[in-house]
Amino acid sequence: MQPKASNRPTLAQIFTAFARIGATSFGGGLVAYLRDALVDEKKWMDEEEFLAALEIGQTLPGLNSVNVSIIAGRHLAGPLGAISAAAGIILPGVLALVILGLLYDRFRHNPEVAAALAGVAAAAVGLLLQVTLKIGAKQFSNLKDLFFLVATFVMVAFFHVSLPTVLFLVAPVAIILCRPKTEPKQ
Amino acid sequence: MSDLVRLLNVFCLLSLLAVGGGSAVLPEMQHETVAVHHWVTDDQFATIYSLGQMAPGPNMSMVALIGWQVAGVAGLLVVLVAFYLPSSFLVYGCSYIWDQFKDNPWRNAVQRGMAPITIGLMLAGVHAVGKTACINSDRPLDFNIISSIVALAVTGILFAKHINPVLLMLLGGGVGWFLLRGG
Repeated sequence: MQPKASNRPTLAQIFTAFARIGATSFGGGLVAYLRDALVDEKKWMDEEEFLAALEIGQTLPGLNSVNVSIIAGRHLAGPLGAISAAAGIILPGVLALVILGLLYDRFRHNPEVAAALAGVAAAAVGLLLQVTLKIGAKQFSNLKDLFFLVATFVMVAFFHVSLPTVLFLVAPVAIILCRPKTEPKQ
Repeated sequence: MSDLVRLLNVFCLLSLLAVGGGSAVLPEMQHETVAVHHWVTDDQFATIYSLGQMAPGPNMSMVALIGWQVAGVAGLLVVLVAFYLPSSFLVYGCSYIWDQFKDNPWRNAVQRGMAPITIGLMLAGVHAVGKTACINSDRPLDFNIISSIVALAVTGILFAKHINPVLLMLLGGGVGWFLLRGG
């Protein structure tokens, strides 16, 4: 799956490309930014390779955007490519957060700033709710999925069952109920 | 045990538990950082989370600010490494193995089975930040009503219109500044 030699980028090019996304992707939806840059603009991956990377990135733990960056970086230039891509996608946002954090530290006791931040925090809750409902549209409308969804929610939110316990109890059952149908033997 | 080691332990575990993206570990993260280790208050956690939504890049990079709050620059670096490295190693290794199982039907079963759990965890994440930001018993009723309206309005607007969420965060900030100052 190595790209053609003609468009195999250097580590600096990989870092720069991912850092540009890391610095400009305000408002989430990083995976879409990554797709546009890697598939359409740079042509470092084709659509199918990108979807395969996304599939792994979504299934394994970790952030989808970081996971996809690591897989893409690995395909482009091995371990160092993966490190360059991950550093590029993560570091600009951290820098921005440090600046926001410094401002927060300085002004948090100002009642006007505190009021504005309370408004931002409320809006952030609305955003997360929308993303959850949108991504989960299929699961909310399927009775079996809805059962596992609500069970997980109630255990974590109201009974404060720890996450490892929930995964250990619920995941095996949910996966087995989705098990592949065995093909009839000829 | 020093704070740095504790930060390392907590965020390494969170990294490996973040199935289906970072929002899924939000309730567990809040529990560990607020109730267990008292690194931040509920309010600070909700604020740090909302700052994370305003910065570019992966939204869960806000974990860096928790590390910073606990142990300065060293804490920030430890948390970043702890939160991103374990899952990244796993993905790096598994992207080899995964290709081998391309046609294995169990792969699909794992994905389909995990999906509702991920959504349930995300919903618990909404509850975790929402009970501080919107239904907070330490705050006056009108404060909670306004915050809840802001949250639901953002949800509604995002369903109705394709708009960059950062603009809505700023708008929420404006509404908060205008209406919540007295509260």
